[in-house]
Amino acid sequence: MAGVHDLIYRTFFKRNSAFVATCFAGAFAFQITFDLGTSAWWDYHNRGKQWKDLRAKYIQAGDSDEE
Amino acid sequence: MLSSAFPRLISRAGARVQPFSKARFTSSSQSTTSTPGFFGSKTAIASSTLLATGSLVWYNHLYGINLLPEASANSAGENGMHPTRQPFEHYGPFETFNHASIRRGYQVYREVCSACHSLDRIAWRNLVGVSHTVDEAKAMAEEVEYTDGPNDEGEMFQRPGKLADYMPAPYPNEEAARAGNGGGLPPDLSLIVKARHGAADYIYSLLTGYCDPPAGVKLAEGMNYNPYFPGGGIAMARVLFDGLVEYDDGTPATTSQMAKDVTVFLNWAAEPEHDQRKKMGLQALIILSTLTAISLYVKRFKWSYLKTRKIVYDPPKPARHGPL
Repeated sequence: MAGVHDLIYRTFFKRNSAFVATCFAGAFAFQITFDLGTSAWWDYHNRGKQWKDLRAKYIQAGDSDEE
Repeated sequence: MLSSAFPRLISRAGARVQPFSKARFTSSSQSTTSTPGFFGSKTAIASSTLLATGSLVWYNHLYGINLLPEASANSAGENGMHPTRQPFEHYGPFETFNHASIRRGYQVYREVCSACHSLDRIAWRNLVGVSHTVDEAKAMAEEVEYTDGPNDEGEMFQRPGKLADYMPAPYPNEEAARAGNGGGLPPDLSLIVKARHGAADYIYSLLTGYCDPPAGVKLAEGMNYNPYFPGGGIAMARVLFDGLVEYDDGTPATTSQMAKDVTVFLNWAAEPEHDQRKKMGLQALIILSTLTAISLYVKRFKWSYLKTRKIVYDPPKPARHGPL
């Protein structure tokens, strides 16, 4: 247990550069996962109601590059 | 972990509440009872009573007595009936608009409402990604002629519409609109859902609420009776009848279906940010409540040792033979 703590301390906390980098990378990763997670629930909760669920019905061949 | 963060809760669980004893305050209360001062005098009591009574009387004189039911010269008919709350699919903190309904509602607006009502804050581009594809929106815009210019010769010219153009208005100005509708001005519908009490419920109730005037109600020339409209007499006649439009997704075009669809469309027109706003609200609630919980925990954690410490005064022992 102490070895793991020591490893975490040495890797992420000891040097300020590593600590700042950990904060930035953690914020970035959290932002993406949080956004993906809430969006997934949101789309599940509102399934069938949003434009993305209807779009395929009205899209014609050859113009799929735009919305 | 928990017991280290909330040590006082745990230490308090077995503690008994000490009865409130007056004896603790004998030394401090003595001084106040012996010298009452100005605030204990009869003059102060009388004047504060007078002030309180006077301000109450003055308030009630100005604004009426709030505790009594208010008598009003207006009847329910003159204020308009309150709309029934309808089960719209976008009611609720986490519900988006039903975009199929927006698309059908746009069709109803285009084929029925737009004969008299403008929608001048919505451009063709606003429909893209909401109810229509970009090609459909472009095609619809091109069917309308817009005046543009001036060109190199300084003349205005006609051109087909673009995505950036706003919805065409049925009348060039307010006077023309009034002249075409017997003196009544059809309001612009861009923000009508926000602009009416009852919002979407009101629009739906108004569109489906036309009926014969009850006995004794006299309507002015050219007016129609609608109990949801304040006063009852509305210049707009009932316009939605079963089968008036033909939906391209096969939904039966009943009066109530068309009224619901056009209401959802107008609600979107008034609140185009609606879906995004609710989604961001959900995310903000999650983040902010988590941060609140963390900060409360950290505060208690940091304060726990300050709150549980005991300070003991250990007086110096008197010297055996007294002070020197």
